[in-house]
Amino acid sequence: MSLSLDARTEVLARVRSALGPEPVVPEVSRGYRTTGDHPPGSPELLELLADRLRDYKAGVSSCTADEVTTTVAALLDRLAPGGRLLVPPALPEGWTSGRDVLRDDGSTTVDVLDTVAGVLTACSVAVAETGTIVLDAGPDQGRRALSLVPDLHVCVVRAEQVVHTVPEALRRLDPRRPQTWISGPSATSDIELNRVEGVHGPRTLEVVLVVG
Amino acid sequence: MTTFLGLPSVHAPGGVGALEGSEGFATAARRALGDTQLRGNIGRATTTIRGKRAAVVAEVPDWEELREAGRTLKAATMARLPELLEQLEQQVTARGGVVHWARDAAEANAIVTRLVQATGADEVVKVKSMATQEIGLNEALEAAGIAAWETDLAELIVQLGHDTPSHILVPAIHRNRSEIREIFRREMPGLGTELDPDMTDDPRELAMTARRHLRRTFLRARVAVSGANFAVAETGTLSVVESEGNGRMCLTLPQTLITVMGIEKLVPTWTDLEVFLQLLPRSSTGERMNPYTSMWTGVTPGDGPQEFHLVLLDNGRTAVLGDEVGREALHCIRCSACLNVCPVYERTGGHAYGSVYPGPIGAILSPQLTGLTGGSVNDSLPYASSLCGACYDVCPVKIDIPSILVELRAQHVEAQADASRVPTPEALAMRAASVAMSSAARWRLLQRTSRLGRLLGRARAGGERRIRSLPPPLSAWTSARDLPVPPAETFRESWERERGGRP
Repeated sequence: MSLSLDARTEVLARVRSALGPEPVVPEVSRGYRTTGDHPPGSPELLELLADRLRDYKAGVSSCTADEVTTTVAALLDRLAPGGRLLVPPALPEGWTSGRDVLRDDGSTTVDVLDTVAGVLTACSVAVAETGTIVLDAGPDQGRRALSLVPDLHVCVVRAEQVVHTVPEALRRLDPRRPQTWISGPSATSDIELNRVEGVHGPRTLEVVLVVG
Repeated sequence: MTTFLGLPSVHAPGGVGALEGSEGFATAARRALGDTQLRGNIGRATTTIRGKRAAVVAEVPDWEELREAGRTLKAATMARLPELLEQLEQQVTARGGVVHWARDAAEANAIVTRLVQATGADEVVKVKSMATQEIGLNEALEAAGIAAWETDLAELIVQLGHDTPSHILVPAIHRNRSEIREIFRREMPGLGTELDPDMTDDPRELAMTARRHLRRTFLRARVAVSGANFAVAETGTLSVVESEGNGRMCLTLPQTLITVMGIEKLVPTWTDLEVFLQLLPRSSTGERMNPYTSMWTGVTPGDGPQEFHLVLLDNGRTAVLGDEVGREALHCIRCSACLNVCPVYERTGGHAYGSVYPGPIGAILSPQLTGLTGGSVNDSLPYASSLCGACYDVCPVKIDIPSILVELRAQHVEAQADASRVPTPEALAMRAASVAMSSAARWRLLQRTSRLGRLLGRARAGGERRIRSLPPPLSAWTSARDLPVPPAETFRESWERERGGRP
C-alpha cells in the first residue's frame, strides 16, 4: 500500500505515526533576555559595537551626520585610491559627492561587480553585543550581490540603528526581505580551528558610525 | 489525526550515502590511535576551540536560559512537526519556491539530479551541508555527469584530498597546515589554478589561495546546492550560517538554488531564531557571531536566485522520532561542541565513527537513523563513549547524550538477543552472575578464584598493573579496554583478617 503513496503523504504519515495519537507539546521556556541593558543608539552600545567590530578585524570610524561625506572620502582615498565605487540605487547622493560612482540599477553583471574597488552601503540594524550589521536589501543597501563581490565594503551605521541584543534586532526585521548578517570581514576557522580573515567575501570591512 | 496513523517509520536504507562505515568503531579506532600525526592535529585543534567556546559562553549572562529555551523549542517543534512542515511548505510555495519531499537518500538524490538536469547545467557549486553529505549527493551527481564543487574551505580540502570528512564543522580537522599545502600543490594546478611556487603553509596564504581557486567558479555557476541551518515555518524563511562568504556566493549569484534539508531543522516562528542565532555560533566556532548569516524567503524578484527548490528529507528521521528517548537526537543544531570536548573523539578522530556524523552526537544519531539491528556496523557506536557527560554539559540544546547512549546499548542487547537464537555472551555472563551471586558460598569462592587474574596483569607506566587482554571469549571485552588486576585480597577477606568474623 505504501508504495503507491506519494513521498509527501508518506513522510507526513510516518511523522504522525512516530509521534503517536496525542503528542504532548511542552511549553517553551522564555527566561532569556529579549531587551538589552541600554536603549538603542546609546553611547554604551556604540562603544560596545565598535569594540566587537574591531575584535573581528573590521575598521571602525565615528563621525556626525555632517561629516559622513568627508569620512567616507578619507576611507576610500586610503583603501581604494582612484578606484570606482559601487553604490546601491538609493544611497544618499551626498555621501559620495564628487566621486566616480557606479549606481546599481539592478542590471550590473557579476563580472562588472568584480571590477569595482569597493561598495558603500547603509544598513538596516546593528547588534552591539555580537558586532553584527544586518543588511536587508533596502534601497540604500541594494541587492545581496552588491556587498558580496567587491573586495571592500564600507557600511554606514546610524546610531539609532544600533541595538544591544540579537532578539531586539530580529524584532526590527521583516523576514520576507532577504537578509545578510555580517560580523566582521570574511573569515575561516577551517585550518587548525584558528580564525583567519579574508576568504570569499569582502576582505576589508569598514564601518562608519554616525552619531548625532 | 489522519487515517495513516499506522504507517511504520523506515530507517535510512543502506548502500546509499554516508551514514555507515565498513567496520565497527573499536576496529577503526584502534587504527586511528596508532596515527600519531592525526592525534596531534585533532588534539591541538580541539584544545583551541574548547578555550574559545568557554570564553564566549562565559560572556552571556543568560546562557542557561537560552539552552533551556533551545531545548524546549526543539521538543515543541518535534511534537508539532506535521503541521509545521505543512506550514513551511505553504509559505515557501506562496513566495515562489517549490517544495519536494524525499523518503530517503536515493529519492533526494534523484530529485536534485533531475532539477539540475532541467537547468541544462553540468556543474553545481555547493555550500557545506551535512544533509547532502549524508545522502551521498556528490557521488550521485557525478554518476549523472554533473560536477559538484565543494566551496567551503574544509570541504574543498577534503574533496581535493580524495578524503572523507572527520568533523561536523571542520571536515578537514584531521589535516594540519602543511598537509593542506601539499594537497593544494598536488591538486590545484590540474584544475587550472596556478600556484605560487613559494606558497607557505601560513593559514592566511592558504585561505587566499582557496579564494583565487574558486573565484571563477563562483562567478560562472548557474546552479547552487545548499543545506539549511534553520527553516522558519511561520514565514518560509531559510537560513544558512557560515564564515567564509562561499555560502553567500552560492546563495546569491546562481540563477537556481536547490536546498536539501532534514525535516527536523524547523523552528516554529521568526523570533525563535533569536535563541538559535545566539546558541549556535558561540557553541560551534567559539565566536560571538559567525561572519555571515544569510536568510531568504522563497524568491525575491531582482535579488538572488530566481528559481528556488527546497527538498525535505526523511532518510530515517521519522524512525528516530518514533523512539521516545532517542528522538532528542533530532534536536541537534550541528554545532559540534560535543565533538570538541569528547575524550574519545579527541583520541580517535571522526573517521573511526564511519558515519558523516561523528563524535557523541553521531554515536546516538547514526545508529538510530540506520537502525540497531543486532548485526550492523553502527551497532558499535553507542559503546564509543566513556559516559563522562561532557557532551551533555556543552550541548546548546541540552541533548542528554549519555542517557541516550545507555538506552541504545540496552536496545542493542535486546536486538542481538532477538536476532540470534544462540544466547549472546552478555546474556550468558548475566546468567552466570545470577547463579554466582544468589549464593554467599558460591560468591566467596568466585571472588577467591578471580585472584588468578592477577597473573594476567602487566605493569603500565606509573607502576599500575593492568590486564591488557583476557583469553577468549572474554577477549571480546578487553579488545577495546584494559581491566584493573583483581586485588590480592577480597573485601570480605580483609574484614575477616582485621576484625575477625564475617561482615
